[in-house]
Amino acid sequence: MALVRAHILICTGTGCTASGAKDVLAKFEVELKAKKLREEVSLVETGCHGFCEGGPLVIIYPEGTFYTRVKPEDVAEIVEEHILKGRVVSRLLFKEPLTAEQVPNYDEIAFYKKQHRLALKNCGHINPDSIEEYIGADGYEGLAKVLLEMTPEQVVEEMKKTGLRGRGGGGFPTGMKWMFCAKSPGPKKYVICNADEGDPGAFMDRSLLEGDPHRILEGMAICAYAIGSDEGYIYCRAEYPLAIKRLKQAIAQAEEAGLLGEKILGTDFNFTLHIKEGAGAFVCGEETALMASIEGKRGMPRPRPPFPAVKGLWDKPSNINNVETFANVPYIFRVGAEEYAKLGTEKSKGTKVFALTGKINNTGLAEVPMGITMREIIFDIGGGIMGGKKFKAVQIGGPSGGCIPEELLDTPVDYDSLIAAGAMMGSGGLVVMDEETCMVDVAKFFLNFTQSESCGKCTPCREGTKRMLEMLTAITEGNGKEGDIEKLERLAKSIKAGALCALGQTAPNPILSTLRYFRDEYEAHIFEKRCPAGVCTALIGYKITEKCVGCGLCKKVCPVDAISGEPKGKHTIDPEKCIKCGACMEKCPFKAIIRG
Amino acid sequence: MTIKSLEDLRKIKAESQIQTKARKGNETQVIIGMGTCGIAAGAREVLAAVLEELAKRNLNNVSVLQTGCIGMCQKEPLMDIVRPGEDRVTYGPVYPADVPRIIADHLVNGNIVEDLVVAKIPNKE
Repeated sequence: MALVRAHILICTGTGCTASGAKDVLAKFEVELKAKKLREEVSLVETGCHGFCEGGPLVIIYPEGTFYTRVKPEDVAEIVEEHILKGRVVSRLLFKEPLTAEQVPNYDEIAFYKKQHRLALKNCGHINPDSIEEYIGADGYEGLAKVLLEMTPEQVVEEMKKTGLRGRGGGGFPTGMKWMFCAKSPGPKKYVICNADEGDPGAFMDRSLLEGDPHRILEGMAICAYAIGSDEGYIYCRAEYPLAIKRLKQAIAQAEEAGLLGEKILGTDFNFTLHIKEGAGAFVCGEETALMASIEGKRGMPRPRPPFPAVKGLWDKPSNINNVETFANVPYIFRVGAEEYAKLGTEKSKGTKVFALTGKINNTGLAEVPMGITMREIIFDIGGGIMGGKKFKAVQIGGPSGGCIPEELLDTPVDYDSLIAAGAMMGSGGLVVMDEETCMVDVAKFFLNFTQSESCGKCTPCREGTKRMLEMLTAITEGNGKEGDIEKLERLAKSIKAGALCALGQTAPNPILSTLRYFRDEYEAHIFEKRCPAGVCTALIGYKITEKCVGCGLCKKVCPVDAISGEPKGKHTIDPEKCIKCGACMEKCPFKAIIRG
Repeated sequence: MTIKSLEDLRKIKAESQIQTKARKGNETQVIIGMGTCGIAAGAREVLAAVLEELAKRNLNNVSVLQTGCIGMCQKEPLMDIVRPGEDRVTYGPVYPADVPRIIADHLVNGNIVEDLVVAKIPNKE
């Protein structure tokens, strides 16, 4: 067999698959065969690189050339020019959104330069379907070290030393959690991985599971050894079919290799893993509801204590961690707690993966050291706001989090600073909003989400979120009354205090944080019946100004024939007929139509 | 494949790293002129011979790269050898039969195959 001289890595994560990576892959297969290059070039499917904006992504080694938005039509040219003749196809290279400069190499683009990838290290660089490639990237070394050189007590102690805090949102110290469960008496304990990622705009767990599934298995096995468990569950939502497929494959491979199952690495440690597919209820991300769902019951939370560490799955002591938390574990035990704790701030150690979405140029995943500022994430890594618009706010932490305005962009990103700013780390979804976003509408969007996902068990959440949503809807429709803001605040505080689980306790956060930083927008809606961002359709109207030359384009584009006027004369809009779609304003070449 | 000990794990790791070695840039390089002229003169066969020879000798820390026409079409197929810290040497015309000798003498042992040399490009450092 001849040496493989080049590797073509194609991302087939969910994002790139959606933009057509599978067709690109098939085309490469055909073209390489046609040019008789298949033997000397290896074609590798990888997980998500986190740069979903530029998908489908293709990276070619040894040069490390980074091609973005590759279409099947481009493949023949890449094979002919790059693979055969060694000439880079420059039109497909990545361009920095702010400078329009072409960057040929993967490591050099600004999106990756400021990142520090620990959890995501292998994502996009190894074949997730190959246990050998994971082992080649130092995989299962942490587990080997733990099983062969450490006692379970030492593992828990080491974990406490890292200062790692739960990456699922709450930020509870992972080492403490492990210690509580390890100290719980009983022969049977469970390790559970919470992969029920449900925040709108969050996809870091999915990318980890798709891109590097063995890392999660290794992290869970280390945890099982530490707490004295021999059985674990991965609770993954059924909407992640690729993640589930790759996890199943990874579990089968690890069992075959003797890295899961009985007598792992020749020791007396046994650990088996199951996958439980969730039906996509947001509340099942709450640990007690999640365990109820695994048991086959309706996914509803129950009061704590007793905590899962004492009485968890099937009433046995259980330890639940999030996907990203487990993804950090193999690295920690390979390099040691001290090395890990060098990264981050005093109270928030390590790195955090953020999912960048919304009105941002580089949509994707960014793993950064704790303590970096929000400005660096959004403007340096994220490439700034789309279309050169002005930044308004960033929503962090999903429906449980809050909005951070421009003036707080320089706050360091860590658990405590975010809480102080009225938001929370949450799972790490970052939704970036520009000047054309209405903050009342944003609060309504998130509340609509939590309201429909409320399980209905406790009254504050079931009734409270519904009433708050009604009030917000009234405000956006121009029916807000004086006193509504105060009523919202009072209700929000009662729900926070009274709800049973974190879903209800955090549901008012989007309202409270937008009220804190954008109260003037609420007031404009209520008192002036005006939506400053021009989003709430009931509060806006369109007018044709004197700039109109009577070209008639607006008249043509109006779907409800609300515009009238003679050619070359000024046109007018009938407000009775107008449905406020905005099509006329977009179309007018003379900018004669204004909102107001 | 069953992994029973740390040794087993390390063995698989080493094997796997060989497979993915080409994903890291190497300082030792074989560069083949693959312009239209090069391909017409037989550069494809030279490239195949290089890959075969490298595999035979288990040389995994070498990057095999291509380059376009450098304007010396009469000397194609051209092949460059780059060793870290040394001058870059261009050979030509190189035929598949010459490949084992260049790789053994120059790439592995550092002795330039003078009778096939076209040019030497001084090392910048």
